[in-house]
Amino acid sequence: MTATTVEPPATTTPTGPAVIALTDVRKTYQTGDIEVAALDGVSIRIDQNEFVAITGPSGSGKSTLMHILGCLDVPTSGRFELAGHDASSLDEDHLADVRNLLIGFVFQQFNLLAYLPAWRNVELPLIYSGISPGERKERAHRALDKVGLANRADHKPGELSGGQQQRVAVARALVTEPALILADEPTGNLDSTSTDDVLGLLEELHDEGRTIVLITHEHDVAARAERIIQVRDGKIWTPDPAGDA
Amino acid sequence: MSWRDTVRTAFEAVRTHRLRSALTMLGILIGISAVVLTVGLGQGAQAQIKSQISELGTNLLVVSPGSTTSSTGTRGGFGSASTLTTADVAALQSKDVAPDIQAVAATSTTSASLVRGTTNWTTTLTGTTRSWKDVRSRGVTTGRFLSKADEADAAAVVVLGPDTATELFPTGNSIGQTVSYNGTKLTVIGILEELSSSESTSNNDLAIVPLSTYSQRLVGGTNRNSVSSIYVKATSAETLSAAYQETDQLLLNTHKITTASSADFSIATQESILTAATTVDNTMTVMLAGIAIISLLVGGIGVMNIMLVSVTERTREIGLRKALGGRPRLIRRQFLVEALVLGLAGGVLGVALGIAGAEVLPHFTDSKVILSVPASLAAIGMAMAIGVGFGVFPASRAAKLTPIDALRNE
Repeated sequence: MTATTVEPPATTTPTGPAVIALTDVRKTYQTGDIEVAALDGVSIRIDQNEFVAITGPSGSGKSTLMHILGCLDVPTSGRFELAGHDASSLDEDHLADVRNLLIGFVFQQFNLLAYLPAWRNVELPLIYSGISPGERKERAHRALDKVGLANRADHKPGELSGGQQQRVAVARALVTEPALILADEPTGNLDSTSTDDVLGLLEELHDEGRTIVLITHEHDVAARAERIIQVRDGKIWTPDPAGDA
Repeated sequence: MSWRDTVRTAFEAVRTHRLRSALTMLGILIGISAVVLTVGLGQGAQAQIKSQISELGTNLLVVSPGSTTSSTGTRGGFGSASTLTTADVAALQSKDVAPDIQAVAATSTTSASLVRGTTNWTTTLTGTTRSWKDVRSRGVTTGRFLSKADEADAAAVVVLGPDTATELFPTGNSIGQTVSYNGTKLTVIGILEELSSSESTSNNDLAIVPLSTYSQRLVGGTNRNSVSSIYVKATSAETLSAAYQETDQLLLNTHKITTASSADFSIATQESILTAATTVDNTMTVMLAGIAIISLLVGGIGVMNIMLVSVTERTREIGLRKALGGRPRLIRRQFLVEALVLGLAGGVLGVALGIAGAEVLPHFTDSKVILSVPASLAAIGMAMAIGVGFGVFPASRAAKLTPIDALRNE
């Protein structure tokens, strides 16, 4: 079954549409009688082949922003365009399709399925886009090759180091050729060597023309990106030259 | 996500959680094997009863001494053996009074030990008349059956059942030889034809002597004219009920009984024996089926329980699958198929256990188990339905999880 209600992004030209265009996005949660604004009028534009870090302390609205960028949630108001598609008010099924076709996720917890070998983990998103088994296998192995784990394709996650597991997760994010790779604290569970390793991999992908959004609270991790967007109290915050945080 | 992928994923999930899956299946397995065995036992008992009753002969009435209860069972009392006599038999044979009766055979039986040389064999000694052969639709393979002369002379002759003959004369060639009972020598004059389909050995292991010989020379007793039962054969299936009426009236008259309810004999038709036996049998089957269904229900609740645990335990997996583009419908389908796989596996194994039970059980009891393919398939279908039915709730829970919450789950 294919769920292609969203076209894959058109091949890009440098002046093409923004990968991400947020316009005055608000997200409010109802807590009893009080309405809490997790995001309070956020506008962001991220272009093709950018490597952006979104950073901010916990409770800043960073996670909410990540959920909206990842189409895991919809904004209360405002407009969100992802690779030219309006993703502001899609229903659950269409959100699932957008995630499947346009976004590659990398999570802090890796979120690999322990009972499947590496290549079967990488293959997962392709199953949901209705790609034939033969092509899935081939693409999964190619993606693993790209992250340097071709020889570990048949290993289960438990047999791999943390850094290797996160590389498998990156391969899984890559395999659909998404418009956006969204990495949510990808180094949060890694030691410094593996952190370097995974960030190096993301930089490499960026050099190859991919658009990467990295969510982190660590400054030295954020510093590896080309551009840093800071979020505080549900708003984009521009640091004054003295810069604290 | 294709159905193939869904099924493969379900099998992998079942295989990954082996112990849990096995325990879930166990509930269904026990329920299904109980259902299969219950149905098999019911059908086996039915077939056994039918064959036993048809072996009696066709268009047959069996008159027994003793009064009846409303449910066609017979209540015998002390001395009940004496209420039927050879006079009754003679009366029933009258074509004028009972035109619908074709033949009548009185029998008296006792357990007897026959001796031939050093061989000793205990069998059923039956005293009867020459009409027994027609009434019971039996024949002889070698020699001849009882004759009018044998009856008149109370001749010391015997017709052996095939099994009895084999036991006493292992080398064959028994006609004209003698066997003795309590010192009385009996000449073997014939061997009965084997009743091949017979379930009960008493049809092939017996020794038949003339009723007169039986009562006057061999067994005796307080009343030499009494018989233990009278077989009445109607002229056809259509006249069976008329024959029943005639027998009833005649015996009431000869016994000088005015009210039918105080009759000192009872008449059973093959149908009434069958009905009585099946009624008892059906009650048992319904009871057993009830137990089987309850155990299936418990098995189903087990499936739901384990599937709910599975959904909770695999919240992160569900969250991940949703984040990677799994629509809610696909998530629900995956868990439903998983429950279906558990049900199917439990059903197939349950039927296998039922078949094994059907093989083993007859060695311990005299019950016969007949397994039917449609019943087994229906049982597997039932197991699948239970899996899906009880899987709906857990599967919907899984489908409703939001990916954010599911991924955040530690």
